[in-house]
Amino acid sequence: MQKVLVLLFLAWICFLFYAGIALFTSGFLLTRLELTNYSSCQEPPGPGPLPWGGRGESGACWMASRFSRVVLVLIDALRFDFAQPQGSHVPGEPPVSLPFLGKLGSLQRILEIQPHHARLYRSQVDPPTTTMQRLKALTTGSLPTFIDAGSNFASHSIVEDNLIKQLTSAGRRLVFMGDDTWKDLFPGAFSQAFFFPSFNVRDLHTVDNGILEHLYPTMENGEWDVLIAHFLGVDHCGHKHGPHHPEMAKKLSQMDQVIQGLVERLENDTLLVVAGDHGMTMNGDHGGDSELEVSAALFLYSPTALFPSVLPEEPEVVPQISLVPTLALLLGLPIPFANIGEVMTEAFSGNKDSQPHSSALAQASALHLNAQQVSRFLHTYSAATQDLQVKELQRLQSLFSKASADFHRLLQNPQGAETTLQAVIAELQQFLRGARAMCIESWAQFSLVRMAVGATLLAAACFLCLLASQWAISPGFPFRPLLLVPVAWGLAGAIVYTGLLATTGLKLDPVVLGAVAAVGSLLSFLWKAWAGWGTRRPLAALLPIPGPVFILLLLRWAAFFSDSFVIAEARATPFLLGSLVLLLVAQLHWEGQLLPPKLLAVPRLGPSTPAGPPRHSSMHTLGLGVGLLLCTRLAGLFHRCPEETPACRSSPWLSPLASMVGGRAKNLWYGACVGALFALLAAVRLWLRRYGNLKSPEPPVLFVRWGLPLMALGTAAYWALASGADEAPPRLRALVAGASVVLPRAVAGLAASGLMLLLWKPVTVLMKAGANAPRTRTVLTPFSGPPASQADLDYVVPQIYRHMQEMFRGQLVRTSSQGPLTVAAYQLGSVYSAAVVTALTLLTFPLLLLHAERISLVFLLLFLQSFLLLHLLAAGIPITTPGPFTVPWQAVSAWALMATQTFYSTGHQPVFPAIHWHAAFVGFPEGHGSSTWLPALLVGANTFASHLLFSVGCPLLLLWPFLCESQGPRKKRQTPGNEAEARIRPKEEEEEPLMEMRLRDAPHHFSAALLQLGLKYLFVLGVQILACALAASILRRHLMVWKVFAPKFIFEAVGFIVSSVGLILGIALVMRVDGAVSSWFKHLVLTQQR
Amino acid sequence: MKDTDITRLVYAHLLCIFSIILSTLLPSLFLENFSILETHLTWLCICSAFVTAVNLVLYLIVKPNAPSKRSSLSHKVARFLKCCIYFLMSCFGFHVIFVLYGAPLIELVLETFLFAVTLSTFTTVPCLCLLGPNIKAWLRVFSRNGVTSVWENSLQITTVFSFLGSWLGAFPIPLDWERPWQVWPISCTLGATFGYVAGLIISPLWIYWNRKQLTYKNN
Repeated sequence: MQKVLVLLFLAWICFLFYAGIALFTSGFLLTRLELTNYSSCQEPPGPGPLPWGGRGESGACWMASRFSRVVLVLIDALRFDFAQPQGSHVPGEPPVSLPFLGKLGSLQRILEIQPHHARLYRSQVDPPTTTMQRLKALTTGSLPTFIDAGSNFASHSIVEDNLIKQLTSAGRRLVFMGDDTWKDLFPGAFSQAFFFPSFNVRDLHTVDNGILEHLYPTMENGEWDVLIAHFLGVDHCGHKHGPHHPEMAKKLSQMDQVIQGLVERLENDTLLVVAGDHGMTMNGDHGGDSELEVSAALFLYSPTALFPSVLPEEPEVVPQISLVPTLALLLGLPIPFANIGEVMTEAFSGNKDSQPHSSALAQASALHLNAQQVSRFLHTYSAATQDLQVKELQRLQSLFSKASADFHRLLQNPQGAETTLQAVIAELQQFLRGARAMCIESWAQFSLVRMAVGATLLAAACFLCLLASQWAISPGFPFRPLLLVPVAWGLAGAIVYTGLLATTGLKLDPVVLGAVAAVGSLLSFLWKAWAGWGTRRPLAALLPIPGPVFILLLLRWAAFFSDSFVIAEARATPFLLGSLVLLLVAQLHWEGQLLPPKLLAVPRLGPSTPAGPPRHSSMHTLGLGVGLLLCTRLAGLFHRCPEETPACRSSPWLSPLASMVGGRAKNLWYGACVGALFALLAAVRLWLRRYGNLKSPEPPVLFVRWGLPLMALGTAAYWALASGADEAPPRLRALVAGASVVLPRAVAGLAASGLMLLLWKPVTVLMKAGANAPRTRTVLTPFSGPPASQADLDYVVPQIYRHMQEMFRGQLVRTSSQGPLTVAAYQLGSVYSAAVVTALTLLTFPLLLLHAERISLVFLLLFLQSFLLLHLLAAGIPITTPGPFTVPWQAVSAWALMATQTFYSTGHQPVFPAIHWHAAFVGFPEGHGSSTWLPALLVGANTFASHLLFSVGCPLLLLWPFLCESQGPRKKRQTPGNEAEARIRPKEEEEEPLMEMRLRDAPHHFSAALLQLGLKYLFVLGVQILACALAASILRRHLMVWKVFAPKFIFEAVGFIVSSVGLILGIALVMRVDGAVSSWFKHLVLTQQR
Repeated sequence: MKDTDITRLVYAHLLCIFSIILSTLLPSLFLENFSILETHLTWLCICSAFVTAVNLVLYLIVKPNAPSKRSSLSHKVARFLKCCIYFLMSCFGFHVIFVLYGAPLIELVLETFLFAVTLSTFTTVPCLCLLGPNIKAWLRVFSRNGVTSVWENSLQITTVFSFLGSWLGAFPIPLDWERPWQVWPISCTLGATFGYVAGLIISPLWIYWNRKQLTYKNN
């Protein structure tokens, strides 16, 4: 019963944290209201005459159409410098030859030969630079907000007014080919469409070849007005190989041929637009806002002359969304309602031989229409919400009315001077830019109340953890009232809140509901705690963390408030971990637990031997510490650089083996990876064998013996296929493809079945009945029948265990000379930790598959590291035999630090572009179709693998000191001084180490210790998330908030959720083992009695 | 006995501090373009040399520990050689620890090693002077209730402060202030120096403050 309460208590505290996180997130992550108004032909954006006739003419709407048809070629991730013309080199310098430079030669040729027909722009992209957000912006002319970045998997149709919508309602025939993201964004909009799967980033050619198959035939049959082709090859090549790979040159040359072919086939009424939706970083990723990501290429070409002036020296910089109003007006369509882009005036200047005055007037008309539309949008938007700053809005409105009045005066008085016209153009442009700046500014609005309450909730939950963790191990901890009463209060609060909302008729917000419930239960807990606490204990006990550890933790938390430190966390965490480790060693030495006994006996030191005899030799502990440092440093070699530090070079070992060129190195690496895999396996088996856990014929043990090697084999085979799939001979292709689907699924299935087996039969104790089985010395003298009640059992179970200790020699096989053994029970002493270690190993294999091959070395290091750390910590934790058992703070802090360090050394960074999307294809090389939860799960498991492993393994912190006990006392016995003592008390000498059975001896203390461990771990993690939240809210106007603090908060929040779930699962596993051990003992009692 | 010891300690420490100040000021008279940040390695060498020299002189003058019974020349030479070996070993040991803590492995080897030498000068050299090449004595001094004299107590404090200083010196490195002293290992060496000086100042004060509580077993 108490075990269930422990789990419920932890779950309740997790709920408090979740409520705080949800409330904070809802206030912090920005949202923008999507208006559903539409522009229409019949309704001009503002008063005043429409230029050039307007309504009457066919094909004209707000403005006469300049082109009747358009070909839009979208090349995903076409960075600006990919398209930049390569001028003649400076004579002194060697020509730079990078694979991506100067490959689009046709653009350069066109620009040189027909300067009035074409323009190249550097288009400035708004972050987030992910394809779906860019498509939204490129069709609506608006700014997608931050939270959209997360929904890249589940793209939904656009509800705002957009170009495609305007085109279809104008009756134009749209033909689309390429990226199937468009299918979700614009369902049913296209008269003809050829969609190709976009999700498989390893596939460079399917989409592009598919487009090429249809592009020219479609163009020639003429049944289209707008042709959109979205090529993905360049983007995928960036993701797979990076821009510096020779493959990129091939891909860009192919695109060059496409453009060349299109230009040859264009007719005079057609406009060609070649655009990149975003750029890419040096590694080929995108999503953030670095300079390389936000500069894309934009190229316009018309077979008739379009641009008046000569080519500028350096391509002009235009915002990407400028394309939206420009295209709309050029095609004679209304500008989409929510557009905040500004028309590119150059394109509205008429022919090259038109008068400068009339061309300027045409530009002013286009700008004026655009300004009217933006002004109308601002008006509607500010009426719907309070997002926009009132002052700035008024300033803009007055600016607009002045410019508009000037423009009308100019229209009525066409002889106006050139200068007035230029002044009007400047005013209109100023208005449009001001409006855009204001929108960018205010769609970064926070709900301060929610943020404050959310942070307070988090802080209160952390405080509660601290309080309860101190209280839990004291004997009179009132479990039931402390859990049930607050939960009841919380539920009551939630019900009252729902009732209030129902009576007032307001909409129910689940986030607020959760927060109300959390606050209700928190307050009542604190009240009860206050009542129970105040009388008995000093408040000083509230800060139980030892000083140096507290300072380390404080430093770590403070680091969340500095963007430099968040960026450098990958290096700072191992530093802190190393400091903590050396601190532990130094502390052990300082306390005199490491000195060799001879030294302690130095006479002039006197009788000041503290804390009993040394339990470990100093060299041993020092070796553990240095080994730990070495492992940490080695794991640090697998380091992925944050994009903010250009000088840093990411480790080349993070990329998959498939991207390696050169067979020999690849084979060597493959060998090393498989070696790491089997070393991991061998280490785990060795450990289990050492504690006698591999002997029983129970199914989980059989699984460990045979299933684990099978999983390792499957993993190795999958790696072999994945790294060499491109080189496979053609007739084996199908087989390889099939195997790369089946193998990962098989490994995952094996792991799942292994976990099931483990849960089903966690106790794998081997009982050996001796030859002369029925012993007369039975334990149960007081009982003659089977135990009648629970009370009987409570008495019997420890007793029978003690007896077994006496008689059956514990878990070790010993053919001692004291007569035949009746029953040998193996592994009882390590029954809990064996289950946890087995579970961890089973979890590791599927997680390994999701990572690149060479990360397996990091996983090996991870196991080694935690083994060393556990040993080191165990050296410092005294075993208090009757209880209460505690896990010291330094252990929990070191564990949490190691989880963070492993997150980084498995090649992750807390930013969105660094997410390993390829993990979604492990076992699903063809993509997932429409389902989104499975890829999200796979990618999430890849990203938060270290959080999961370390939180599930958390109970080991409690169990390990008991395991290490088996070495300590034996050594003690070997020392000559103790021999005499042992001879006097031979019974003592006989006693085998009880190890983890000590925990069973005191079930109350055991569950209290588990609760305390969980609370401490939650506290350390909870303060991290609290620090992140505080940093994000305090620095919400910081330059780096969207680049560093917000992603860090999101990663930390998701990591916290994963960790808390893992923690509860780990503790539940230990409890399941405990329950199984109890029933095993019962069973034993019954068989003994027969 | 104790008060005179403390006075001598103060003078010795003042001399050490003076040597460090001298090492920053004196070379600029002889060397062109000398500055702590730009010609950092030179300064490190000079500083180490000065501090070592002062420590040796102090050792010869003050003779804090009881004279050894065996005082033959060969014994002294052996002892001196042993001291040198210990010093070198501590330099390499510190170098390894820095690399384990995250210092670059291949680049800036000379810088890292000179930092190790400097830190050894601040920590190992006083230990060698005071305790001799005797690891057991070292282990005793750096454990609870292990100190047996004012000198050992101050040694404990200055050593811990030097380590703390160089540890804290690592913290400004990731910050984006772009100052010349944020480069590895300058901030750490400066931290170590400040820590050492702070230890030199604080330890006599602390000992004076707690002189009533401090009872050394064999004095």
